[in-house]
Amino acid sequence: MTSSGVFEAAWLIPGLPLLGAVLLLFLGRRMTKAAGGIATVMMAGSFTIGLWTFFKLVSMPAAERLHTGTLYTFIKAGNFEVALDYRIDPLSVIMILVVTGVGSLIHLYSIGYMRGDDRESRFFAYLNLFAFSMLVLVMANNMLIMYVGWELVGLCSYLLIGFWTERPGAGLASKKAFITNRVGDVGLALGIMLIFVHFGTLDFSQVLSESGALGAGAATAIALLLFAGAAGKSAQIPLFVWLPDAMEGPTPVSALIHAATMVTAGVYMVGRMHPIFAESAVAMNVVAWVGLATALLAALIALTQDDIKRVLAYSTVSQLGFMFMALGVGAYTAAIFHLVTHAFFKALMFLGAGSVMHGLDDETDITKMGGLRTVMPWTAGTFVIGWLAIVGFPGLSGFFSKDQILAGIYGSGNTALWIAALVATFLTGFYMSRLVFLTFFGRSRLAEGVHPHESPAVMVWPLALLAIAAAGAGWLGATVHHGGFHRFVAPAVCGVHDEAHATEQTAVPICTIDAEGEVHPVEQETMPSELVLGTVATAAGVAGLGLAGFMYLGGFPWERRRQSPTLAWKASRNKFFVDEIYQFLFTGLGKAVAATAAFVIDRRVIDGTVSRIAHGVGALAVLGRKLQTGLVRSYAVGVLGGVVVLGILLVARAR
Amino acid sequence: MILPAQYLALAGLLFATGVVGVLARRNAIVVFMSIELMLNAVNLTLVTFARMHGHLDGQVIAFFVMIVAAAEAVVGLALIVSIFRRKRTVSIDDVREMHG
Repeated sequence: MTSSGVFEAAWLIPGLPLLGAVLLLFLGRRMTKAAGGIATVMMAGSFTIGLWTFFKLVSMPAAERLHTGTLYTFIKAGNFEVALDYRIDPLSVIMILVVTGVGSLIHLYSIGYMRGDDRESRFFAYLNLFAFSMLVLVMANNMLIMYVGWELVGLCSYLLIGFWTERPGAGLASKKAFITNRVGDVGLALGIMLIFVHFGTLDFSQVLSESGALGAGAATAIALLLFAGAAGKSAQIPLFVWLPDAMEGPTPVSALIHAATMVTAGVYMVGRMHPIFAESAVAMNVVAWVGLATALLAALIALTQDDIKRVLAYSTVSQLGFMFMALGVGAYTAAIFHLVTHAFFKALMFLGAGSVMHGLDDETDITKMGGLRTVMPWTAGTFVIGWLAIVGFPGLSGFFSKDQILAGIYGSGNTALWIAALVATFLTGFYMSRLVFLTFFGRSRLAEGVHPHESPAVMVWPLALLAIAAAGAGWLGATVHHGGFHRFVAPAVCGVHDEAHATEQTAVPICTIDAEGEVHPVEQETMPSELVLGTVATAAGVAGLGLAGFMYLGGFPWERRRQSPTLAWKASRNKFFVDEIYQFLFTGLGKAVAATAAFVIDRRVIDGTVSRIAHGVGALAVLGRKLQTGLVRSYAVGVLGGVVVLGILLVARAR
Repeated sequence: MILPAQYLALAGLLFATGVVGVLARRNAIVVFMSIELMLNAVNLTLVTFARMHGHLDGQVIAFFVMIVAAAEAVVGLALIVSIFRRKRTVSIDDVREMHG
């Protein structure tokens, strides 16, 4: 592994956004006007170096595509050492490109979106800080540094969800996000500790290559604990409740943090730690089924939501569920591929939603929109591309990535999972089409006095660029085993499986890699061709699209049907009462336990014991003070009596 | 020849008189004198036993008692005088502020 120029400059990738954040935090007030520009330039610079690194990596032989470097030693205690070191391999480079690429476009868009906000420089400082944190997360070469990045992105998420401090909802949502993530992070922290116990190091290279030595029990424990962290960050059941509320933040934040990058950290982490997951079939099944349950539940909720950003938020939760399903069946490259395409089309649609809100005085209710394609042609046109991509329209990015996930699930032999995933695909087709039809098509239902207008060029350009990416990115990895994307990423995610080690406990690998770095797919015996599977998957998505078209464009009286909602509609509309159930289970019961502890155990038992002892002493004293009469002669009688008694005793003993 | 028992009987009689005086009388001066009586009864027994055993220990202790009694008389009388100045009485039953 020869270290060469651009890899040595890799520290600049997170370094530039950090510089931007520090500059804007300390000097932002002096340069409100330039804040957006500075932040965007930093991101673009970071992206350029990332791109350079990427091409350098591509030019190297597949087996040598790994570079690690150490900036300085962070903690050193005996044999234990944590260094601030970074890792450049195909997986981290892909993540770097997504974070900085999509990030740059969103920074650019934010210049238009946040114009006129009096805390603009603070906003861009946080946005840059987020990019830095996310890059630390994906570039880290040991668990502890990754954990630092992991917590930093959580902090930035908190700061940015609650950015509009004057909104009570924003404050509550930011706290909800932070606290919910804490729950998962406890699992992640415990998982990291357990890794240290078993491996004696937190270094990725060592942990990943030695994971075969783990027992099935230890692997299951570590994998499930890590997955708890992933479920928190990537909004999976049971910790998904924070993500829809996170939409209280400014829309570019929703696009960058809560759709394209931060929420995929869990997917990245599971992908990165896949050798440990692969040791435990139990953990893999948990990942797959939790992913499925999340994909279905979020899709069902999204069916009836009216808030444009909330539909997209539930869609994000659902798509993340797809990625975890793919991870759970071992289709790592498909999961990472979907992560990338999803980052493009979901960021695009979030920015499109922001553009709609920008043009409609912050209206978010899609039942009050309609027909916007004529007044906002650019927003509508790009949004439609994002929509077709997520639905899986042939040729667009989501078509390839989602089909590959479904093919991976089918290939794992888990037919029930595959059918359920098809249902989720159908639901995705329906709710996304409903969103688009209600927003951009049909007749206008705008409120009086709202005059929609297209957004400025600084917002439209990022939309257009993202639309190109969302449309074209799929071709980078058009087929699972032969697409360029997969050939590039696969060495990072299917490196350590070997036949000799495989047992019943280990999961079935999707591909193996030989000494030359060539990837060999593990062929399934009864696998239909990708074409057949792709057709079925696409049909599911397009069927949803068709049903939505019938309901919202084809004269179905959906507005009238709302007057008499069915039970299922109400359940979906109210998000299956998950928040209420959590409120009861955790907040309610927690408060009850606390109240019992405070008012019964503390006040009655502990305080009670103490005060009863005090009262007993007091009662004894009342008796005792009666002896003290104040009459000297009575004391003299006592003294005399005592002397007499002592005298009698002495005389008696002398006998 | 006077027997030691007779000295001791006299001492016992003097001591009993002192005890009764302390217990029965309320006048602080009388109580005080009764205490002196008891001390001297004890002195008498000490001197008697000293003679009986041919030692000087008892006589020495008797001197100590006399000296301490003199000091005690100074303090005690001063207290009685100051109590009288404050309360216009020397009855010990009237001085009972310290009761419980």
